[in-house]
Parts: sequence; C-alpha cells; structure tokens
Amino acid sequence: MDSAILSLLGAFLLSIIGLFVFIWSLRKGLLVENPRAASAIFARGEIGHIDDPALGHAGQQRFQAAATEPGDSGHLPDAHEIEDRIAADRSSAFPVFMFIAFACMWLLFGGIAGLTASLKLHWPDWLVSEAWMTFGRMRTVHLTAVLYGWITNAELAIIIWLMPRLLRRPLIGNMWIMMGGALVNVAIASGIGAIGAGWTDGLEYLEMPWQIGIFFAAGMVCIIGPVMYTLVNRKVESLYVTTWYHTAGLLWITLLFIVGKMPGVHFGVQQAAMNWWYGHNVLGLWFTPVAVGAIYYFLPKIIARPIRSYNLSILGFWTLAFFYAQVGGHHLVGGPVPGWLITLSIVQSMMMIIPVLAFSINMGLTMRGRMRLGMYSPTLRFMMFGGFMYLLSSLQGSFEALRSVQQVAHFTHFTVAHAHLGAYGFVTMVLFGAIYFMMPRIMNWEWPYPRLISWHFWLASIGIMIYFVGLTYGGWLQGLVMLDETRPFMDSVAVTIPWLQWRSVGGALMVASHLVFVFHFLAMAMRFGPNRAGAALFATQQP
Amino acid sequence: MENEAKLTAGAMVTFAIAVSALVILPYVQVRDVKAPEGLKPYTSAELRGRASYIANGCVYCHSQQPRSESFAPDAKRGWGRASVPGDYYYDKPHLLGSMRTGPDLMNIGVRQPSKDWHLGHLYQPRAYVPGSIMPPYPYLFDIKDKAEPGEEAIKLPPGYTPPGKVVVPTPEALDLVRYLQALKRDYPILPPEPQEATGAKTSSVAPAPRPTPAS
Repeated sequence: MDSAILSLLGAFLLSIIGLFVFIWSLRKGLLVENPRAASAIFARGEIGHIDDPALGHAGQQRFQAAATEPGDSGHLPDAHEIEDRIAADRSSAFPVFMFIAFACMWLLFGGIAGLTASLKLHWPDWLVSEAWMTFGRMRTVHLTAVLYGWITNAELAIIIWLMPRLLRRPLIGNMWIMMGGALVNVAIASGIGAIGAGWTDGLEYLEMPWQIGIFFAAGMVCIIGPVMYTLVNRKVESLYVTTWYHTAGLLWITLLFIVGKMPGVHFGVQQAAMNWWYGHNVLGLWFTPVAVGAIYYFLPKIIARPIRSYNLSILGFWTLAFFYAQVGGHHLVGGPVPGWLITLSIVQSMMMIIPVLAFSINMGLTMRGRMRLGMYSPTLRFMMFGGFMYLLSSLQGSFEALRSVQQVAHFTHFTVAHAHLGAYGFVTMVLFGAIYFMMPRIMNWEWPYPRLISWHFWLASIGIMIYFVGLTYGGWLQGLVMLDETRPFMDSVAVTIPWLQWRSVGGALMVASHLVFVFHFLAMAMRFGPNRAGAALFATQQP
Repeated sequence: MENEAKLTAGAMVTFAIAVSALVILPYVQVRDVKAPEGLKPYTSAELRGRASYIANGCVYCHSQQPRSESFAPDAKRGWGRASVPGDYYYDKPHLLGSMRTGPDLMNIGVRQPSKDWHLGHLYQPRAYVPGSIMPPYPYLFDIKDKAEPGEEAIKLPPGYTPPGKVVVPTPEALDLVRYLQALKRDYPILPPEPQEATGAKTSSVAPAPRPTPAS
C-alpha cells in the first residue's frame, strides 16, 4: 500500500481514538478541575504559608510578606500533619544524605573532566602523554560521571526524600536503599575507572562495561523494592503527580538499562537503533520525569499555592510516557536504518510538544502574577529557571528532530549544546534547587553562607547560557559548511574554534559554580554557621 | 485512576510499545540481513585495531555512516556511497557515531590507503593536516635511539621527529592502522527492492558504481 494512504489511514484512526478518549474523559469528569488533588502536598491550613528552608529567618519573613495574598487565613497548619511530615523526613534523612553526598562528589569530578575535554578540543596538544587523558576517554568519563554519578544520584535523593513526604508515612527498608546506593556508586566508580583504562562497551551512553552494569542494575532493584513497598503501604488516598513521575521514572531507567546492556543480543544497525532509543530515553524517561516531578512538588510548595490544574499534570504524564519513549530514532536521520523508524521518531518528537505545553501552561498559570517571588527565594529561582529551560530545550528538541533541521544540525556541536541545555539548564538547575530545599530539612541545619546560593545561581546560569548560545551558533555554522560541497572539510573545523573557546569559558563558569556549591555543602555537612534549634519547622517562622 | 496498579501497568505498557517499535521491530527487520559479497570479515589484527579504536573513543568525533546524496554531499567529499545495514554485518559493537568533529571514516581505507600516512598522522595529526584538532597519540609510539631489528621507524615530515631519536609504532598502533586501512565499503550493493532506489544516484567520486537506496 502507498505510504500516503497509510499515513492518512493512521491519522483517521488516531482522530477517532482521540474522539473516544475525549468522550470518555468527559464522562469520567476528568475535565472538571480537581483542586483537592492539587493540594495534596499541603497540610490542612498550609496554603499561604511559604516554605523555603534555604532562607534565613529574616529572608523567610520578607518572602512571606511578599507572598501573602488576600484571603489567606492566619491559622497555623495542622500540627498532626506537620508531625507526620517531620517523621517522614527523619526516616529518609540518612539515605538521602548519602545520595546527595555522592552526587556532589561526582558533580565536581564530572564537571572538571568535562572542562578538560572541552579545552582539549581547542588545545589538542594539551595532556596527551597518557591514554586516560585522551579526548575520547576524558569526554566519556565526563559523561558517565555527570549522567550516572551526578544526575542519577541526585534524582535518587529527591525520589527517596519525596516518597515518604508525599505518601505521609516513614520510609520502609532504609538498609536496602543504602545497599542499593552503595552498589550503584560502586558501579559508577568502576565504570569510570574502566573507561579511563580503555575497557568500554563502546556504545554512547552505555559505555560502562556490562559486567559492571550488573552492579548498577542490582543497585537499582534494591532501591525500587523499598520504594514500591512504601508506595503500597501509603497513608494517603490519592497519589500526587510527582509520585507518578518518580515511580515510573525509577522503573523505566532500570528496564532501559537492562534492555540496553543485554550482552550478545544487539547487533549491527539494530544495535544503533537500540543505542539511540536508550540514549534519548535516559533523558526522556529518567532525567526529565524526575525533574518535572520535582518541579511539580517544590515550586508550588515554596510559593504555597497549589498547581493550577491537576488534570493537566496527569495529561502531561501520560503523553510524556507514550511519546517520549519513542523519539530516539531521530538520532539516525539519514543513516542506514529503516525509514519508518526514523519517521516514527520524528512524529513522536513533534508530539512531545503536548506534554511540554501541558507542563508549561500549568506552571505559567500557577506562577501568574507571582513571578516576582523569584527575587525573594533562591530555591524558587532555580526551579523557575529549570522549568523555563525545560520548555526551551524540549521545543528546540522537537524541531531539531525534523529532517530539514537535522540536515544541518546532525553530527555537529549544535546537538551537544542542545544536550547540555536539557541536562544542565533544565535538569541540573532543578536538582540544585531541590538540594537547597532538602538539605536544611535533612540536617536540621541552615545553609551557613546564604549569599553563596546566589553566587552559585548566577555563575551556573550565566555559564550555561554562554555555553549554549556559543556552541549552538558554532555548531550551526559547522553544519552549514559541511553541507557546502565547495568548501573543504577543514573549514568546518576552523569555523567552530572560537565557539569551542566560548564553550570552555561557559564551562569554566559552571565548574566555578560547582566549587561554590560543593564547598557550601561540605561546610553544612561539617556544621559550620548558625545552629537551628529543633526540626526545621516552617510553622515556627510565621510572622 | 489514582492507584499504583494503574501507574505501574500504564508505565509498563508505554514502555513495551516503545521497546517493540524501536528495539524488537528493527531486530526482526534486519535479522536476516546477509553480509554483502564484497565485505570481508575483519582479521584478528584488524579486530585488535578496532578494539583500540573503541577504547580510545575515536567514535566520538568520527561517524561511520555516509549519507545519501539527497541528504548531504558526503559522496562528493569521498566518504563513499550511503551505507546499508549489510555493511555493518561484522561490526560488534556498531560504530555509527554521532559527531563529525572529524570526517566520516566508513571508507578511510579507500581514501587514504597509506600506512605511513596513518601512522604519522596518529603520532601528530598537525604534521599532515594543518588546523586539525585531533589529539595526537604519542602513547601508541615508542621514542628510541634507534629501531630494533624487526621494528620500523615511522617517516615523519621534517621537524616532527625528536632530534637524534626515532619514533617506532607499538603493535597497538600498527593494528589500529590495519583496521583503518580495512575500512572499505567500495563494493557494489544491490538495492534491496527496486522501487526504493529512487532517492540517490551515485556520483563519479563515490566508490560504488551502482545506484544505492535512499534510506
């Protein structure tokens, strides 16, 4: 059959199904707003009471004064529910601290490895005497350290911390989680060592040798068990959207990793298709859902207003689950893989606009008229920045998947810039914000030097912007030269050099921000700065 | 729809759909691909070289997938005809790559068959290609006073050999060059189905003398 007829038929069937889904959702009352579900993150009477543990006492009062709106009650939140929350926080404190500590270590290490790799691209004769220093290994060490070391550890910390909070019960099975965390980090450390020594599976994003990968998968299973057990023994009636994203993300990454790492199964171009299915899904089904789930919790929690539309957030979840899982094939546009696979992935990449808009509209409406609150709360600033970068990088990604754009952008630094916008501008900034929120609760201690949080924010955000803008422009020029058959290939190298240098400048700022952040973390872990009496209770901070 | 069974089941269903579409279906579709007649299996030395190519991360800057002429002027750059699944029959793991910081290497053995060039270029790329940003690989070479019997010093352009010394490739460097020289997909391939061969026509520069499929 003709492909045109097939696609028309497909569109027809899809719209019929869409119609039925619409009718079904009307009947189920899903289009009616559900403010109770959206308020599940608050105790009774908590709405209107801002919550930013990263602020000192004076800062909290300023923030509260700015955030108070007409109609807010002066009552304190329900004390019993707050006590439950404190118990939940206490139950998870130790494993969460462990994950954050590992994450900080890998962030520092991975960032420095990344900066080294970046410098090597314009100083090619720098650090070449030993095999482990060469660009191909240094860059892979960077990737493994930041993707598996930093983002994965930090996201596990957020999941483990939010699960008991949202389920309103103490965490079950801490020892299993700690063991899982130890296994995961042993795998990451061994994987990085192996890559440095030249032992790698050779697939992008899946370099860690599969023998070491077994430890990673086993660690994830050890973590999933207690999380699921806590989930089924929950004390809340309905699950908040964050729990949806986090539980699904945890299951997805584990299965992804197992499917991707299966030794001896994948071959030839099928392996390439699998490789990019995995590569994109690490971002799409692990980094993104956990970070989006974190924004869905922290952003409304900080400003003390429920998200505007709970149903929109659920729509975002299911469309993300369906569309994002299939977008990986667009990495092989123009390559020797079946054409239908690439077309499917391009279509699903465009469909990703739906969950991204669902998220952005929801956050936009929640924040409407409250954007200025970002001036009072550094944690909120990280969340807002991350949320906005999610919109930007996802929209960019959707259009980047189109053949006409890929023709220029594929195989160039443009793609690298895009990957960093997603993994750093969006995910990492959200993780920073979440850690600033969580740590005072975990340690019962204030951040010793609050000004450093602002330094961190500005260094990191200016760094990633320089990185992204410079490399995007340079990558596009590179792609145009490569497509121009009258120009020699070496022109496409020469044209990128100034932009590669700008990338190193941006990268250096980012590494500087990590130094500030990790120093601050260590200072807090060693209990520098002012003491905070008792559990960090926001209720005692009321004016 | 607020319970964990639906959450887990739903997440698994969407995941299963994606696995079927992007992993299992391609597996079924290319499972029966045969090696083209002109493609030779790698020798053990070439496989050692390939392992070295992987260990040193060459794939992060060099793709191995020339695209069709309708898409990019790869053939005109001498990178070869658009590749087909059969070309990768002996490739475990695949090395298609995702960056072209350096040129595509699918047919580097056709374009640059010289062993001396490759060895010297690995030792110091800028001795051969001014403006190159490829790292040199001095750890694949030994610098000695003179070559031992059975060893052969590489011939570098003037000014690149350390004074009074010779540069001798390690066995790893020799294997790597053997692998690079073996990267030749200049044999003809028949289009899998005649009606699919509409996209690209082979140019005079491309090594393959026959029309190739577009995808």
